[in-house]
Amino acid sequence: MTPVPARVSIARWKTCLENRTRPGDDRATVVDDPWLRAALACALCAVDPVGTGGVRLHAQAGPVRDAWLAQLRDMLPPGTPMRRVPFNVTDGRLLGGLDLTATLRAGRPVAERGLLVEAHGGFVLLAMAERLPPGTAARVTAVMDAGEVALARDGIALTSAAAFAVVALDEGLEDEPLSTALCDRLAFHLDLDGLRAQTCTPLPVSAADIERARARLPVIAVPPGATEALAATALALGVSSMRALLQSVRVARAAAALDGRDAVAEDDVTLAAQLVLAPRATQFPTSETAPEQADAPPPEPDDTPPEDTSPPEPEAGQDASDSDAQPPDDRPLDDVVLQAAQAAIPPGLLARLQAAAGRLPRARSAGRAGALRAGGLRGRPAGIRRGTPGNGARLNLIETLRAAAPWQPLRRAARAGAPSNCLIDVRPDDFRITRFAQRSETTTIFLVDASGSSALNRLAEAKGAVELLLADCYVRRDRVALIAFRGTGAEVLLPPTRSLVRAKRSLAGLPGGGGTPLAAGIDAGWLMADAVQRRGDTPTLVLLTDGRANVARDGAGGRARAEEDARSAARRVRASAFRALFIDTSPRPQPAARELAADMAAMYMPLSAADAVSISKIVRAIS
Amino acid sequence: MSQPFPFSAIVGQDEMKLAILVATVDASIGGVLVFGDRGTGKSTAVRALAALLPKMRAVVGCPYQCDPADGAPCCAQCAAGKGTLKSHLVPVPVVDMPLGATEDRVVGALDLERALTRGEKAFEPGLLARANRGFLYIDEVNLLEDHLVDLLIDVAASGENLVEREGLSVRHPARFVIVGSGNPEEGELRPQLLDRFGLSVEVTTPTDLPTRVEVVRRRDAYERDRDAFVAHWKKHDDKLRKKIIAAREHLPNVQVPDGVVEQAARLCMALGTDGLRGELTLIRAARALAAFEGDDAVRDAHLRRIAPPALRHRLRRDPLDDAGSGARVDRAVEDLFGK
Repeated sequence: MTPVPARVSIARWKTCLENRTRPGDDRATVVDDPWLRAALACALCAVDPVGTGGVRLHAQAGPVRDAWLAQLRDMLPPGTPMRRVPFNVTDGRLLGGLDLTATLRAGRPVAERGLLVEAHGGFVLLAMAERLPPGTAARVTAVMDAGEVALARDGIALTSAAAFAVVALDEGLEDEPLSTALCDRLAFHLDLDGLRAQTCTPLPVSAADIERARARLPVIAVPPGATEALAATALALGVSSMRALLQSVRVARAAAALDGRDAVAEDDVTLAAQLVLAPRATQFPTSETAPEQADAPPPEPDDTPPEDTSPPEPEAGQDASDSDAQPPDDRPLDDVVLQAAQAAIPPGLLARLQAAAGRLPRARSAGRAGALRAGGLRGRPAGIRRGTPGNGARLNLIETLRAAAPWQPLRRAARAGAPSNCLIDVRPDDFRITRFAQRSETTTIFLVDASGSSALNRLAEAKGAVELLLADCYVRRDRVALIAFRGTGAEVLLPPTRSLVRAKRSLAGLPGGGGTPLAAGIDAGWLMADAVQRRGDTPTLVLLTDGRANVARDGAGGRARAEEDARSAARRVRASAFRALFIDTSPRPQPAARELAADMAAMYMPLSAADAVSISKIVRAIS
Repeated sequence: MSQPFPFSAIVGQDEMKLAILVATVDASIGGVLVFGDRGTGKSTAVRALAALLPKMRAVVGCPYQCDPADGAPCCAQCAAGKGTLKSHLVPVPVVDMPLGATEDRVVGALDLERALTRGEKAFEPGLLARANRGFLYIDEVNLLEDHLVDLLIDVAASGENLVEREGLSVRHPARFVIVGSGNPEEGELRPQLLDRFGLSVEVTTPTDLPTRVEVVRRRDAYERDRDAFVAHWKKHDDKLRKKIIAAREHLPNVQVPDGVVEQAARLCMALGTDGLRGELTLIRAARALAAFEGDDAVRDAHLRRIAPPALRHRLRRDPLDDAGSGARVDRAVEDLFGK
């Protein structure tokens, strides 16, 4: 990536921060200070909370995060509600419901306001957002979309306004993704990791500034060309979401409002691209995806001196109808915005994305353990529903009594005259049962190529890698299974077991030699994975081979047919959407093996490029 | 929410719009399932329906919006007052199913207020009653709780809702078109529910620059001045509405030639769809499409256009074919009708 130097000195911003003076119009074209970026995002989000949706704040709990939140609180007009929502919040608390105590006291239904309604006009803080169940995230996003809570619970139907911004406090590690539906609705994705609290000086923006900006927001004009520039940048960076694009336009507008201008200028657009589009980049702009770059010279270091920042805003802004939203240095706005955004792509982001590419979208499971299975009789409670106890379903006494309570006067009246000595009249209609969700177990199936070619190459290393993975599986209480293939077929050496000692022993005794019946091996792995899934567990396939199939499914030799068979077997793994990891054990990685991995939708990992430790890291990441 | 984004102002997504319009012409086709990328206007399209659809005549004060002209199943209240009922024009209900809705509010339950304040047992209709003769929209249908999904399937199939609570037994009509939307990444839909949807559409994010810019422009214009934007698009919506009305009137006159029925059967056989539901839906949807376009008879061209949404969710998963089911339908259509 070509570094794009700042056109405006960041030092001036920093001075502003230190001296607590107003920064004026000279916003940096490239904001490469992460804290400054985070602070700016905070201010812009405060200007247009509902329009921008909010912030995904990736940070561990600590002084830096507290500083950011404190700054947000300081910028908001007094009295702005801010509600903290724990990840395990119940529907009743989140959306509202029947306030039983008040109902019984008042003798008429009294609704309880949910947290989302209480946050109307303010902010919702989602604590430990990475652990938010998909259902809860979906409720929050539905309310964000509608701007109101349509309550239909516990005999109450009520619609209350609930427009708010979300700050998702994401403390997750890299392999614990936040709900993508929620992320999509949050304009800013900030990462505060690695920042030190000492450098986190609040931005000199006061609540009064924010209120002035808010008042100005409706009149801000977006010149033609600005939207195009953002749309082109989004495409070039591979940001496909339409919401991200819309948010970037709103952020540009909020930036203009914060600066006290009437129209969006080039710097606002650049800033919006850096804050909204860059963190979502899925690719580096190439000449194919960004044809608008073709006629421009390749991104050269921009040698504009920092002083040369006579703001282009007045002309570009006022001539909103005029299409000359051209920056002073004659490059199309698209290019400027794109380069600025490119410079703001967080390091390592694309590497992570590439590692994740090729995996099929599949049902998201929270955390790294097996997929969640609802409706079981064990596990954590996952909600309450009306139903009959028995048949394994457990009665939830408290909820049953709660359900029965409002009807007591009616029922007492109905049985008036009939002698009764029961204190509470509970009918079958009131029965509430608890549902449980249980994390299913993960079974890791090792498919080891023990053929002659593999044995020659790196069977010993492969064994070493498996042993390391076994240690991992032990930590995670996974079950493991071992299948070896050589000669004419595959053999299940170890059916799914928790005994790692047995796995180690059968691995150590694994002899090498013979042909490579890759298709038979993959088929055997698929069969076992299928059986594991039928049991309700989550299978992960780890295939260690050099990818040189030379024995077909029926045991006959011949490279061409053997490879064809192997690929069709691999496609079956992909169709079932099993998680898979392909470890290429050949000394020089072959393109054929990579294709085979793509057919399986498996992650591909050449052993030559990796020691056993990094392989075990990857398995941990995918499963 | 007073002024929804106008239906005709939605940029692109032609297949989704067509599927929804076809379902409004002939409600018997069954529901529409819209699956695909986030932020592609799934919810916007459905929420725009209420403003787009022609108003319908309903009995005044009837909680189920009974049709005064309808002889057969209507609610007990309307059946009792037959002949003396007053009617008025109401917008077609498009009911948004809130996530987190409890079963009692979906099917209806005893009126808590009246029970508490007056000690009376009275039935309070739920969301299904409100959706009668209209649309029930379930966003994130794959996240809906299983027992609610089962309940909706049951009611949608029978066309009436039966509630037994506190010794009260209420039966009321609940005929509605389910429109479901969701994102496959959040979880798959159970095959039983999948099959209940007449049409299924896959939506993707537009990838060409002019379309994307246009989407942002219109959305921006709408957010800045809703009234002006809606007024600007009103004549397009009006035109579409007239087309729907004309299509509904024209529907009974549309002929389905034997040749077309045979072609539909051949297509379903080639794809190996389970059961007859696929063929029935395909014919019905093709007829509605013909009516919508003002044609007097269904032609192969109609079949071709409507086959992907009518069939793609009914295919058995073929483990050896990694192409999407939509591509398989396209292939079968090409084999049958030629390129």
